[in-house]
Formats: sequence, structure tokens, C-alpha cells
Amino acid sequence: MNFYRHVMAHLRKDLRLEWRSRDSMTGMLFFSLLVVVVFAMAFDPTAAVSRQISGGILWMTLLFASTMALNQAWTREQRNSVLDAQRMAPASAAALFFGKALANMIFVTGVEAVLAPLFTVFYNLHALGQGWLLLIVMPLGTWALVANGTFFAALGLRTRNRELMLPLVLFPISIPALLAMIQATTGILTGEIEPDLWIRLLVVYDVVFTTACLLLFDTLLNAE
Amino acid sequence: MQTTEQASPVATTTPAAVLAGVSKLFGTFAAIRNLSLTIKAGTITVLLGQNGAGKSTLLRLLAGLTAPTRGSVTVLGDAPERRRGRIAYMSHAPMLYDELSAMENLQYFATLNAVGGGCDCVGSPEMALRAVGLDPHLAKPVGQYSQGMRQRTSLARVLQSDPEVLLLDEPFSNLDVGSAQHIVELLADFKTWPIHGGASGRTIVLTTHQAHLAESIADLTLTMDRGAISR
Repeated sequence: MNFYRHVMAHLRKDLRLEWRSRDSMTGMLFFSLLVVVVFAMAFDPTAAVSRQISGGILWMTLLFASTMALNQAWTREQRNSVLDAQRMAPASAAALFFGKALANMIFVTGVEAVLAPLFTVFYNLHALGQGWLLLIVMPLGTWALVANGTFFAALGLRTRNRELMLPLVLFPISIPALLAMIQATTGILTGEIEPDLWIRLLVVYDVVFTTACLLLFDTLLNAE
Repeated sequence: MQTTEQASPVATTTPAAVLAGVSKLFGTFAAIRNLSLTIKAGTITVLLGQNGAGKSTLLRLLAGLTAPTRGSVTVLGDAPERRRGRIAYMSHAPMLYDELSAMENLQYFATLNAVGGGCDCVGSPEMALRAVGLDPHLAKPVGQYSQGMRQRTSLARVLQSDPEVLLLDEPFSNLDVGSAQHIVELLADFKTWPIHGGASGRTIVLTTHQAHLAESIADLTLTMDRGAISR
């Protein structure tokens, strides 16, 4: 019960901070929109080609955009040494991680909500497979990015080149999840690949990495 | 209360904190050098000394925010990181979110400090803000406060957690004479607040450059120099 209350306190605080500063969302939105427009103009793909490549473009765009937001995620806690006050509190570190990951999930999902209709228009998309499966793939894929991203962004708190550190660690470790996200999305859009296996892989990836992050976050937070 | 540089600490009744042969190195720089110190519960200890003398590092060791390179630190009978919620620490930085109001900041930390199973004795954010002379209904974000107001909000944040051990790093900096005197009186009063659970008194350890303010309430004044207690 304490865990839930503390997670909600962190989540409410992060949403309120973002609402007032709009640091993360603005950057992510502009970056994503630019990538979508630039790719559409650069390739001018046919409908068939669009279905083949749009899964990859979508997830790559979200990966790069979320990296921008994730780099910001802990900056607020470092400013004014608020992180020290959080470390002093009897609330669990896992609650802090989970609350922040949920907040990042909401921010990236917000960007996806804006991006989805634009993607459909620019790439002339309609799913030939089971389109409703995207409602499962999108949150699973987004969680894989933000859970790991939140954890590894905290890992870079005490390093000098934090902005460089996050992609260096996050991208390689996200490769299995990225592969599953892209294959599942492409499978749904083209109807040529069965996405079930890739969705199952995403579920396993999310469960394993979320558990590892929750267990290790206290050590990470208090490491010198 | 007894301090030495080399010898083991002298046993006292119900110590709030014990440092035994503690050294803290940052690279090759020794911020604390072989320090042994026992702080009795229910007392106010004032640490004086020049910048870089090791005062802030000593407070961070007591807060459990940094680990000693050598030696051991015990607060309320255990490692400080196992006494979270019973120790509060206020640093140079305000430890507050600039975008939130004082009340929003305090409510957030009050939720983090409220843990089931213990006593429900965490003070209210409104009372804490009034105690430090701030209007709890001020909607302005903390980032727009003056330095003095931020300092007082930070003090309210630690007071509302109802700590047994209160660690204050330069609590009078940025305050005008009247506000600083008010905080001195508040701290003297805080020491007398009853503690839930039968603990043996509230302990305050503070660092300051304004010795004339703190000495009026100090049970012991120590001066630090190059990581050791010089007198």
C-alpha cells in the first residue's frame, strides 16, 4: 500500500512538473514531427513500401525522441539536490523508479497519440493484418524503452557526459526489444508476418527488465 | 559528549550518533581525517570552521548520504541509511522543486515520509510553513522565492518530518537578522518537542559561520579544521 502511495506521489509530481515546464514533451514532439516529415519527403514511398518501412521509422523516431526526454528525467531531481531529500525519505527507491518510468510512459504515449494520425497520413497507411494488435504492441514497446531508459538515465547521473552515456548504454540493450517492436508492427501493417511470437518476446523482455530495474534501483541510487 | 582525533569515543548515555575513526577521502583529498565523536541525544551541537574544513561532509556522513572511506558511523544505534525517516537533513541547496509551490513541495515530501507501521506523527506541511514564518497559501512557485524564503521553506521541509536527529548545513545563511533570530528560537523550541516512541530527546547538529547566533542555543560548540576537530 505504501509502495502504491509513493509511486502515485512521484507520478503526480512528475506530471505537475511537466505540465508547468513542458521541458520533455515539447522537445520530443518537435523532434518526432520533424523526423516523420523529413522521412516522408526524402523517400516519397508507395503504399506497399510504406508498410514495410514505417514500423522501423516509427520505433526509431520514438527511441531517439524518448532519449531526449529520458535525459531530462533526472535533471529535475539533481537540480537543488532534491535527489538527496528523496534518498533520505523512508520511501523505497523502487517506488521512485516506477513512478518516474510511469510518468515517462505517459509523456511518450502522448507523443505517440500525436504522431499516429500524422504517420497514417504521410505514409498512407492502413493495416492489412490485425490492426487492433497495435494497441498491445505500442504500450509494450513504449514500456521497454522507458523502463530501461529511466534506469540507465539514472546510471548516468554521476557521469560527466550524461547525454552521451544514455544512448551508448540504452541502444545496445534495447536491440532485442526494438527487433520485436519493429517486426510485430511490420507484421501487423503488412499482414505477411505473424506478430504473436514478437509480442510474446516483448512481454518477456518487459517483465525481465522491469524486475531487474526495480531490484537494482536502490543500489544504483545510493552508489557513490 | 567527548571529542578526540585519535582515541575511541568516550561512552555517554544514549548517544544519538557515534563516529569511530572515520575518514572520508575524495580521490586523494581527505575531507575527514580519523575523526571520533560521540553526540549525546537531546543536545544541540554547533560545528564551526572555515570553508573546506569538513563540516558539510560530516553532516552528509551522519545523514547516510555518503559512506565513510574508513571507520564507522552509527546514528540512533544503527547505520544512518537504516534510520531513514528519523533523521532529517537540510543542505546548502534548498532540496525543493523550483516549479512547485512551498505547500506542494512539502505535501510531496510528507507523503514520502509517511510510512505505515510506524507512528503517524509526521507534522503537517501547513504547520511547518507557519512555524518558519511563511504563508502556506502562497501559490507562487519556489523558484520565484527570495533566497531567504527558500531557506525557510527548506527548513519547514525537514521540520515537518518530525525527526529525532536534525542535521542543518548553514541554516542561517541568506536570512536577515530578524529571520535568523526567529530560526534560532524555533530550533531551541524544536529540541523540546515531545518525541513519539520514548526516544531520549531531539538532537540537532548544525554548521554555521554565524557563531554568535548559534552559540546561544548550543550545548557544545566544535571547531573543525582540515577534516578534524581542532577544539
